[in-house]
Amino acid sequence: MHQYIIKRLLLMIPTLLGVAVLVFLMLRVAPGDIVEMKYAGTGAFAPKEALERERAQLGLDKPLWQQFANWMWGIVQLDFGTSMWTGRAITYEIGIRLELSLQLALMATFIAVLISVPLGTLAAIKQDSWVDYFVRVFSIAGLAIPSFWLGIIILLGFLIFFQWLPPLTFTSFWVDPRANLIQLIWPALAVGYRYSAVATRMTRSAVLEVLREDYVRTARAKGLGEWVVLIRHALKNAMLPVITVIGLEFAFLVGGLVVTEQVFNLNGIGKLFVEAISQRDYTMVQSLVLLTSFVFIFVNFMVDIINAFLDPRIRYQ
Amino acid sequence: MKHLTKKVIKVSVTGVSGILLLLVSLPLIAAQVGTPRSGGELVFAVGGTPPSFDGHRETTFAMLHPVAPHYSTLLRFDLFKYPKIVGDVAESWSVSKDGLTYIFKIRKGIQFHDGTPLTSKDVKATYDKIVFPPQGVASSRQAYYAMVDTIETPDANTVTFRLKRPSSSLLANLASPWNFIYKAELLEKDPRWYEKNVMGTGPFVFVEHVPGSHWVGKKNPNYFLKGRPYLDGYRAIFIRDTAPRVAAIRSGQALVEFRGFSPAARDDLVKALGNKIVVKESSWICNLTVVFNNEKKPFDDPRVRRALTLAIDRWEGSKALSQISLMKFVGGMFRPGAAFATPEAELVKLAGFSKNIEGSRREARRLLKEAGVPEGFSFTLKNRNIREPYEVTGVFVIDQWRQIGLNVTHIQQEGGPYFDDFRQGNYDAGIDFNCDFMDEPDYQLLKFLSSDKSPLNYARYKDPVLDDLYEKQGAAANLKERIKLLRQFEKRALDEQAYQFHILWWQKINPHWAKVRGYANVPSHYFMHLGDIWLAE
Repeated sequence: MHQYIIKRLLLMIPTLLGVAVLVFLMLRVAPGDIVEMKYAGTGAFAPKEALERERAQLGLDKPLWQQFANWMWGIVQLDFGTSMWTGRAITYEIGIRLELSLQLALMATFIAVLISVPLGTLAAIKQDSWVDYFVRVFSIAGLAIPSFWLGIIILLGFLIFFQWLPPLTFTSFWVDPRANLIQLIWPALAVGYRYSAVATRMTRSAVLEVLREDYVRTARAKGLGEWVVLIRHALKNAMLPVITVIGLEFAFLVGGLVVTEQVFNLNGIGKLFVEAISQRDYTMVQSLVLLTSFVFIFVNFMVDIINAFLDPRIRYQ
Repeated sequence: MKHLTKKVIKVSVTGVSGILLLLVSLPLIAAQVGTPRSGGELVFAVGGTPPSFDGHRETTFAMLHPVAPHYSTLLRFDLFKYPKIVGDVAESWSVSKDGLTYIFKIRKGIQFHDGTPLTSKDVKATYDKIVFPPQGVASSRQAYYAMVDTIETPDANTVTFRLKRPSSSLLANLASPWNFIYKAELLEKDPRWYEKNVMGTGPFVFVEHVPGSHWVGKKNPNYFLKGRPYLDGYRAIFIRDTAPRVAAIRSGQALVEFRGFSPAARDDLVKALGNKIVVKESSWICNLTVVFNNEKKPFDDPRVRRALTLAIDRWEGSKALSQISLMKFVGGMFRPGAAFATPEAELVKLAGFSKNIEGSRREARRLLKEAGVPEGFSFTLKNRNIREPYEVTGVFVIDQWRQIGLNVTHIQQEGGPYFDDFRQGNYDAGIDFNCDFMDEPDYQLLKFLSSDKSPLNYARYKDPVLDDLYEKQGAAANLKERIKLLRQFEKRALDEQAYQFHILWWQKINPHWAKVRGYANVPSHYFMHLGDIWLAE
């Protein structure tokens, strides 16, 4: 098991390096740069020399290999550099937004799990009954409705009927839990519903498959109660693909809630991503891509570890 | 006697009740008639985030709106009597007869937020940074102060600007909202200190900035204008997208947005909030232009460019576009209604501004034929991928050109590639924009100078006649002479050569909660003097 974990951890390094090379090159290949966006974008009278001076100040006049090497050397020292747009440290810029994004991802995951596991299991047990049909309609609707659209509908409902909106600025849960939850519960519901739809369908099909396995039949033949069979034998095994789906979705939520964050004006990683891309803030985009890649890889790793814990066969492989 | 006592009591009760009623209703009356009231926090939305906090360096309103309330400037525009210029930290000023020396007397008793006094040394250090920035320090508007030779401080309360040549625009430039007065001592230690820190003499003291979220300021109790500011503080909330910004106003979480909304957003807010909302509308010192790549055939031919401006029905376009977009006012080089604007009777004589569109289009077809441009000629129009007002305007212009037999493809691009293509000359025609903080020919004509003189000119042409007229108008001895030169410039740039031309000028629509008072209706979104604003409730 230890060897397995070490091997997986070491594999992260070349993956992240590959991501770093790709994002670095792709940003440089795209036409237009941050200096152009900063000055031409606002119609400022900036002579060519001023633009060149600004580029030199940002280190954009250096050869590409040198820019890349500087960036990598910084990362090795855990220095992600400064945002080319604001001049502030990238760790600071990301840090103040990460709490919101992580909390939102956790809340959406909690809502999704709370809905999907019982509903998916129920639908599997009651296959082809009205309960199953209801769950299927509910989950297909969740897949079909984009979470940002649901967010817009929630906000419009509040505005039209109550002339009210959730708070526009973030308050940490540790400072004021009520204000925090009043702001984040709505986007968490909007995102959690879509997320739960994916997990519900996965739970239903996994439980259905497991319920047909020999060991479940054996358990029933031994005279175990239906609930014991379901919870102790079927559900534990059915959870393997569900955990994988939940893990991947969680990783996506940390940096992928771009539109939902804009709809609710949430100061999270997704919104920062969009702003950084539109401003051509190279250092910020590079760091954000690395961060989200790391989250993806790390969550995948954790999912594998949990799966290995749940299924001993994985450890032996 | 009893009757008299009763009468006295009745009169007294009536009198006291009247006085009490008057006392109770005074604040209400005051609020209604507009007597300023102190207190409250103004929450406003900002459609962007400040890159740095340095006004001398930045060019976006997203920096000005949250940061400017912490600072004073040497002069400023009186927003209620725009474009009148008044002193801010300057108490008075005088100009020498030859127009080469400007002497400013600085008010005494002005303090920075850390309690230290402001002197002429701070004003000099500020303008030295703007006009003669040290190595590695960006000054975005340095070019507008090219006429300044030296800045001197004969004493602690006097600043003298000596010029190389007379300038018609120096005073207005010294009233620029970007020119925050900084502390000399801090600049001496680090000329880039102000990029990440705040220390001014303005009506509000810095409290907090959470990047991407909000900015907070509180009343400066030692502000040099007694009785100001009225507000206890302000909170600027950064909301990048229009829909959540409109929703923020509608819900009352933000009371105002100082940039401007579209007609649709205005109608939405008015419908939802009724008389709780007030809408201020004016023309805006912003416009969209059509730019041609003058190095590419057939756009190197003035007949073709003239035909393309002649085809556009600006008067009818104004009626239609103003219903759905920011585009509204028909104007030439200067904002319609501004002091320098060409009167309508003269404007209609310029190519493309005539009200006889049939006649203009006949002439356009003739010119195209003469230039050898065939019927159905195809080219591309590059535009930004921003719906309002770019996309709408692109569609409008293409339709106008279709009516003289041209076939134009609309290419919408994200900011990066769009500016890159413009800079590299990788385009046929494009939609460009211009937004200035004040009505000043030195600013509005810049885009039309030769492209080696103006980085704002993407049209890739050189015209020494325009460059010469620009210099002359900037140093004109009087307004009459200046206007004469401006008309010549306009005629050559828009009519004879039509290198690039205006489509329409924008309308500025500012819906805000009725309880926000003291907000002046000015044609620029770069001005919002929070020191004048107060809340009626």
